[in-house]
Amino acid sequence: MATDTANIDEGRSDPQPELTPGAKERFYRHLLPTRLWHWANAVVLCIMLMSGLMIFNAHPRVYWGNYGANSDKAWLQIGPTTTGGHVVIGSVIDIPTGGVLGRWKDKNGIERTRAFPWWATIPSGYSLAAGRRWHLSFAWVLAALTVFYLGAGLLNRHLARDLLPRRRELTLRHIWHDVKDHARLRFPTGEAATRYNILQKLSYGGVVFILIPGIILTGLTMSPSMDANFPFLPTLFGGRQSARSIHFLCTVGLVAFTVVHLAMVLLAGPINEVRSMVTGWFRIPRPENEA
Amino acid sequence: MITRRQLVGGLGATGGGLLLGGCDRIAATPAARAFFEGSERLTHDVSRATSSRFSLAREYSDAELSPLFRSNGTSSPAATDYVRLAASGFRDYRLVVDGLVRTPLSLSMSQIGQMPRRTQTTRHDCVEGWSAIGKWTGVPLGGLLRDAGLLPAAKYIVFHCADDFGAGKYYESIDLFDAFHPQTMLAWGLNGARLPIANGAPLRLRVERQLGYKHAKYVMRVEAVASFASIGAGKGGYWEDSNDYAWYAGI
Repeated sequence: MATDTANIDEGRSDPQPELTPGAKERFYRHLLPTRLWHWANAVVLCIMLMSGLMIFNAHPRVYWGNYGANSDKAWLQIGPTTTGGHVVIGSVIDIPTGGVLGRWKDKNGIERTRAFPWWATIPSGYSLAAGRRWHLSFAWVLAALTVFYLGAGLLNRHLARDLLPRRRELTLRHIWHDVKDHARLRFPTGEAATRYNILQKLSYGGVVFILIPGIILTGLTMSPSMDANFPFLPTLFGGRQSARSIHFLCTVGLVAFTVVHLAMVLLAGPINEVRSMVTGWFRIPRPENEA
Repeated sequence: MITRRQLVGGLGATGGGLLLGGCDRIAATPAARAFFEGSERLTHDVSRATSSRFSLAREYSDAELSPLFRSNGTSSPAATDYVRLAASGFRDYRLVVDGLVRTPLSLSMSQIGQMPRRTQTTRHDCVEGWSAIGKWTGVPLGGLLRDAGLLPAAKYIVFHCADDFGAGKYYESIDLFDAFHPQTMLAWGLNGARLPIANGAPLRLRVERQLGYKHAKYVMRVEAVASFASIGAGKGGYWEDSNDYAWYAGI
């Protein structure tokens, strides 16, 4: 860690002098712990998502409160209709999803009526036991990665320096300005490109401080032994079935984040962005009138 | 420097290979088995280390009961012996407690009904994801085992059931940590009435800190053993043997 910090300080400005005097061209953007965590987390979250969808398939209904089973009211369910499939939310929204959710053909062309299709689950054929083995094993890896990232981020000040929003960034006017820039795909250049903007801080912070801790804690809350050991867990989330619902909603949040994240990487310049997460070095985009 | 082509190709091959179908092959390797079993042991050890022997599962009020406590698995055993017992209201039923005990027991339902009882309103969590809250009345297992007198070699308690489920008779096993937990009982009542056949009459196990498949229904015999390796396929329970479910179902 200490070596790494030293590297940043030395490496902040590129040794090669640039055309514009004084302006930096390359920037050591991502510390080694962040990069290691990022890629390991990407693989582990994929495994957690796909094995989690397998577990969801065993009972594709979610509820609020302490209890919830087939005869109780589900706020969301995914299942087959007589000819297709559908997602039902509350008592009003009924979205036909045949072919993908609720009714689909497996890799051998056999029609199945489970919620999530074979290509989205681990394993690809229905097995609650195998899905649980993947999920509950990699849950330890996810927890270890989270502790590693948050611990390293506290020590190397990544969290405080890069993710903590500044007071002036939290004004509605500032946030709205950033939203407009994002919508117009106007990405920061020069000095501004060396920092996360407020929307990045809020979304990355939301993932590492809310969604991932939330998904770990709601996962633990579904365990009957953990609930006996730590009775505050089900109380915190409003019951075991509420915890299961929040676990599912955190998943939706993480998937939504990933979709937007990948889209932004593609739009902002995938080579520069991916390289910075592999080597740490980010080429600072220059304003268009200078480029 | 990694080129885009290499990167896309690499991510595509790794991601696609690993996540689609590859996982099915990986899961079958000895390394994956060892990883899964190691993490199952870790889960068990951490859950035991963070619990006291007597940390109780939450007990709910009558207002929090599920409107219907659903039946799962077998709802009406077809075995001839069981059908005959059920027809006479379990008058001829005897619970056998044997194996590594000093005094094997054979108890009728009326004897069991006169033993110390406990009532607890607890949440039943199925491995599939649903939960139901029911009010159980029964005889604490610890008391039965003390009456029978466990021999020092006894390490596990096996529950032999009346129902044929798929290939063989249903059975389950727990260790002594759970067997002597104050909420672990053989229940004969549900929600203030006699336990219905759909929910496991005349006796079913309640082991509140584990998932539903451990809560054996239609319990005929309680056997104390040193190891369950020679019972069934040796994994400690029906679902463990037939579908590779984890023996420890605390999570």
